Amino acid sequence: MRTSRSYQAHAVIIKQSKFGEFDKILTIYSSEFGKLPTVARGACRPGSKLGGNVEPLTYSLLMLAKGRNLDIITQSQCIDGFTALKADLWRTSLALYILDLVDSFTVQNSENKPLFNLLIDTLHNLSEEDDGGEILLRYFELNLLHYLGYRPQLYRCIICNSLLLSEVNYFNPGLGGVMCPNCRENGFDSNTISVNALKVLRLWQNCDYATAKRVRLKPTLQLELEQGMQSYIRCILQRELKSMVWLQNLRREMKSSEVDKTNRNN
Amino acid sequence: MAVIIGPVERLVEEFSKLPGIGPKSAQRLTYHLLRSPDKDAHELAEAILSLREKIHLCPVCFGITDKELCVVCQDEGRDHSKICVVEHPSDIPPLERTGKYNGVYHVLHGAINPARGMEGDNLKIKELISRLEGDVVEEVVLATNPNLEGETTAMYLRRLIMPLGIRISRLARGLPFGADLEYADDVTLGQSIEERREF
Ligand SMILES: [Zn+2]
Ligand SMILES: [Zn+2]
Repeated sequence: MRTSRSYQAHAVIIKQSKFGEFDKILTIYSSEFGKLPTVARGACRPGSKLGGNVEPLTYSLLMLAKGRNLDIITQSQCIDGFTALKADLWRTSLALYILDLVDSFTVQNSENKPLFNLLIDTLHNLSEEDDGGEILLRYFELNLLHYLGYRPQLYRCIICNSLLLSEVNYFNPGLGGVMCPNCRENGFDSNTISVNALKVLRLWQNCDYATAKRVRLKPTLQLELEQGMQSYIRCILQRELKSMVWLQNLRREMKSSEVDKTNRNN
Repeated sequence: MAVIIGPVERLVEEFSKLPGIGPKSAQRLTYHLLRSPDKDAHELAEAILSLREKIHLCPVCFGITDKELCVVCQDEGRDHSKICVVEHPSDIPPLERTGKYNGVYHVLHGAINPARGMEGDNLKIKELISRLEGDVVEEVVLATNPNLEGETTAMYLRRLIMPLGIRISRLARGLPFGADLEYADDVTLGQSIEERREF
């Protein structure tokens, strides 16, 4: 563990707030120690050597020193600034939601290498993605939940344990899985889940991203998956993520300006 | 349960709320005032009160002013077809000191931060757009901070302004990424505004 006075961490900066005139409090998610609150002294001064390396949405190698309260970032080296991603409003917003998810779902000082690798891979893929990033987001959500012990049960009914058949079943966020039509009739509250949605979720739970993104989704199925995952996430966190609200508003605004454009051209 | 806070503790507590003032400094300031002449304390108190009473937001650009319009908006010698968009009122004085900008301003009073919930509806974005639709504006200079929130805000504004057919520029990247505009040195800031880029 972090016993020596100074140590190294490979980390993504996931959140920042200003502290005093020139300092920043940074929440980092590191490969070695999971989530850590840290302080970057003088990071707001122009010409600070930390500067852009400790901006949110940056993957950096950090040198840290043990502090009385928070550990202090003493040196930094940028590994990936995700600059292509940051030049695009939609993708930046997707990435900020991803960081928000990591921040909201993890506790401090709890190492989780698979989750860290998923985070890096996802941000990297997002930089290269040219579609709306919907599959990438769902794939990230599903696997984040898995690595943190919230893997939804998609094969057997969460009530009676019978194998789920190829028919419309029901998803219950509170119980963390799918139930069969029989159990649903016994009064459990839940939403329908279509045969295709269940198939896709099962696939994404068990494949790599390259395979996951080969799935072609109709808009209705895409919406069903989004709403299902969102209801599950909301249920675990017991709140709405503001970055998701922002994402949904932005998508609405972008759609309506698309409509404006077509109307004007016609 | 009520804890009685004496006047000394009370002032220490008030000072500690100010940025950059820790409990030690707050105590030092309080005891300094206790020792200084009555007149000094009265003047300080009066200055603080008049700040709150006389200063308000300019109804055009949302900068701060003690007149009806701010000095920039009421100046007919300035180029009202150029609007420079900044995050905070405190970003205006450093830009003014460069002496390289002759347009007017628009203060957003913050930046977009999706995780904090945009603070967004409070930002003066709608006001900016209606200003652009109403006035004869030829150029908007996006001078939000060169950090992630500032860039996100700039990209968002660009989306909204583009359909209006107004030229959009962004401060040049002479400034280090991750810094705060308010503390940039004048030379760097002057260069940035001269070399502003298409955005
Ligand atoms: Zn059942
Ligand atoms: Zn004004």
